[in-house]
Amino acid sequence: MTDRYDAIVIGAGHNGLVCSALLAKAGKKVLVLEANDQVGGAAVTREFASGYSVSACAHLLYQLQPKVRKELGLSAKPASDRMRNVALSRNGKHVRYSDGAVTGVSDGDARSYRQFHRQMTRFADLLNTYLNLTPPRLGTSEFRDLATLARLGVDLRRLGRDDMRTFLRLIGINIHDEVTERFETPLLRGAVSFDAVLGTHLGPRSPNTIMTYLYRLAAGHGQLSVPRGGMGALAEQLAQVARTAGVTVRTNMPVKRIVVENGRVAGVETAGGERFDSLIAVSNADPKRTIMELVGTRHVETGFTRRINNIRMRGNAAKLHLALDGLPTISGLAKTEFGDRLVIAPDEHYVERAFNPAKYGESSPEPVIEMTIPSFRDPSLAPTGKHVMSCVVQYAPYALEGGWTEATKDAFAKTCIGTISEYAPDLESRITASELLTPADIEREFHITGGHWHHGELALDQFLFVRPVCGAAQYRMPLDGLYLCGAGAHPGGGVSGAAGRNAAKYILRERAA
Amino acid sequence: MSVQEVPQGRLRTPFCARLAALDTLNSWHTWKGYTVPDALYCADTEYFAIRNSTGVFDLTPMTKYRIKGPDALVYIDRLVTRDMSKIRPGRVAYAVWCNDQGQVIDDGTIFHLKEGEYRLCSQERHCAWLMDSAIGLDVSITDETAEVAALAVQGPTSFAILNRMGIEGLDELKPFGLMHVDFQGTELMVSRTGFTGDLGYELWLDPDRAEFLWDTLFAAGEISGIRAIGTDALEHARIEAGYIAAYIDFLPAHATVRTGRTRSPLELGLDWLVDFKKPNFNGRRALAEEKRSGSTWRLVKLDIEGNKPAHHAYIFADAKARRNIGFVTSAAWSPVCKQNIALGTVRTPHGNPGSTLWVEIFYQREMHWSRKMARAEVVDKPFWFPKRRGLTPPDLV
Repeated sequence: MTDRYDAIVIGAGHNGLVCSALLAKAGKKVLVLEANDQVGGAAVTREFASGYSVSACAHLLYQLQPKVRKELGLSAKPASDRMRNVALSRNGKHVRYSDGAVTGVSDGDARSYRQFHRQMTRFADLLNTYLNLTPPRLGTSEFRDLATLARLGVDLRRLGRDDMRTFLRLIGINIHDEVTERFETPLLRGAVSFDAVLGTHLGPRSPNTIMTYLYRLAAGHGQLSVPRGGMGALAEQLAQVARTAGVTVRTNMPVKRIVVENGRVAGVETAGGERFDSLIAVSNADPKRTIMELVGTRHVETGFTRRINNIRMRGNAAKLHLALDGLPTISGLAKTEFGDRLVIAPDEHYVERAFNPAKYGESSPEPVIEMTIPSFRDPSLAPTGKHVMSCVVQYAPYALEGGWTEATKDAFAKTCIGTISEYAPDLESRITASELLTPADIEREFHITGGHWHHGELALDQFLFVRPVCGAAQYRMPLDGLYLCGAGAHPGGGVSGAAGRNAAKYILRERAA
Repeated sequence: MSVQEVPQGRLRTPFCARLAALDTLNSWHTWKGYTVPDALYCADTEYFAIRNSTGVFDLTPMTKYRIKGPDALVYIDRLVTRDMSKIRPGRVAYAVWCNDQGQVIDDGTIFHLKEGEYRLCSQERHCAWLMDSAIGLDVSITDETAEVAALAVQGPTSFAILNRMGIEGLDELKPFGLMHVDFQGTELMVSRTGFTGDLGYELWLDPDRAEFLWDTLFAAGEISGIRAIGTDALEHARIEAGYIAAYIDFLPAHATVRTGRTRSPLELGLDWLVDFKKPNFNGRRALAEEKRSGSTWRLVKLDIEGNKPAHHAYIFADAKARRNIGFVTSAAWSPVCKQNIALGTVRTPHGNPGSTLWVEIFYQREMHWSRKMARAEVVDKPFWFPKRRGLTPPDLV
């Protein structure tokens, strides 16, 4: 006995949920199959120690596209909004920045940063327009593609001569050159560098790290927030919107394969042996997993297989979760600031040096760290008076030399805690439980190949017209009925919903045609 | 660290010493790293051996890949455009393979050696493409070019010669069939294949036994006019047979830089090799689209008036040379057909079989150039297709 659907979405990540909700709103009968017992994919809240919950993978919301928010009617009040960034200094003279304003630096740097932020957000706005559109195909005569390309050209021109030149100069270069040219304060240089390389296999001196920085600013100019109840709450809300729209969402249903019959998608088969029929399969899984495992290379062509196989997606960001019996002491930090984003990236060289070992399959002996204490504004996450600390730690290469074992994980967790302790000396005594998720763990638990949170490195050769790969950047894969709607498709990762929304719009447009 | 000697310069095939012993011209070139003769005594004589007695051609440098494993059939079927499930063990298939854009990478022959084991032979090397095609499939690819010595034995007396050598079962071997026989203690593979369009066989064996095979073959063939031949004679024969050659009649897709310089199988007259009933193969989507919207080019066989070979000639739709529609890629005077023949490429919709085109032939006499517009008929069938080529058993002549 099989059920027939208009579309089956594989994976209830936030993009899968956005996509399914929009398809259902357009009258399609949609089924979402999620492997895990919770919806949300990498946007989930879960208990990691008795009484302590945390956003298990993504932990800050700064990229959710306003259009997604509006079209789906998402209105939940965040627990923290307009969070500031605090670049920690060992001597307590921290640098605080948000929304173009920075304190703790010279007047010159404050001016430069304001100017830098203004320019970057201007470029990010331009970029953002295209993050919300299906990338045009190159080399076709389709009106829609040509129109989008023409519009891109016009938008570039409209930046004005100087800004257009600056944009074209910056888009391929590295953040290191830019921060050293603009700022004199090492802490500011370090923090901006770190912002640019978060979640990537790139260091501040790697090419196109200004592009990744712009990507970070695109949806909301880098303004940070955390939903009440963690990222899982957002996913739950998305699932609710989807269900209300008529989507069937089923958890604990890992998809084993996408059934291909007569050269086209015919349905989906779960690991439990259940078969669901649909002529459309929309994969929220990463492109590699989708093609290599769910579809099977025999059903696609060699050139496409080669490109998919060569997608660079080596995760480098680990998640460290600490259960604390009280707030740690950080010199020079006001009590209210524990609700902000705390960054350990003392200077731009520190960030690059942290990256160096990752090139050779080693973890950073002195990692760069992004810390939040979500329980500070949202007491529901921890028992009364206690706290959880959620950290993104780089660099922890997916393919660690010798592999990630209990011993190497313990050692790396110690390194991270040691690094934080240099700023918060009493941290260690406050830890009652901890959890480290390496990219290998992230791969296993969230089913992301390489544990890469963008489902594929965000680099110019894997961006826009060529994301995930050249010739398949329009959500439709070269197998009839197969689409991508996850971070591996344009525009990329982060809890933005753009990929899911664009995919849904593309599918609806194509089916209407 | 020990220093490993690597061969410098041109490689020698296992038959090289025998060829050198017969050589009188000292005219050699490189074929995929191997030294091979253009001709040994006279290209014309060698050509007539193919058509009137037997020519022996050393095809060891031909690229050979062994493909085996549980997914071998799935692999080959996805690689090439034709339906390989119809090619049973003991059969050989001429096939063409394309990239995702449906453009020809190369053509070649695929030998179904035994259940689940194939040999793919082609002029070009394809290791990268074949390895990439194996991603996600349980199949192994081995380059066995140097591990297999190969001879083409082609011509009307080839059957009689091999018969005289004591190869049993040859009388039952049909065109595009292959068989394994014991050759004085060595396994010899015989296939009824070739690049001459005539009755002929190809012999495949261990390189250590190559010279022994040569000597036995030539001893058996002496009274039947056996002759070693070079590539010039073969080139002549393949044009008569209407076979296309890479880098001459088409450019392998991986060797092109400019767009529009590649060709699809439909454009090369190989539609019969493209099986759209297969749900997936490399290039299927693009070829289906091309079939729907029409091809740009068409390969034509031309029967041209006069006797001046139309080398590199432009092809026109009219005698006044106003509409240039293509160019000749291979041309020759065919002694056996008594025809001035050529293969060429023209823009569609030109080149329907039976239609008349014009070629602009330039030729030189005592330094001075002359130009001639020659009428050319587009023909459908190969120029040379003798009855003996398809006869089983062939006549003992």
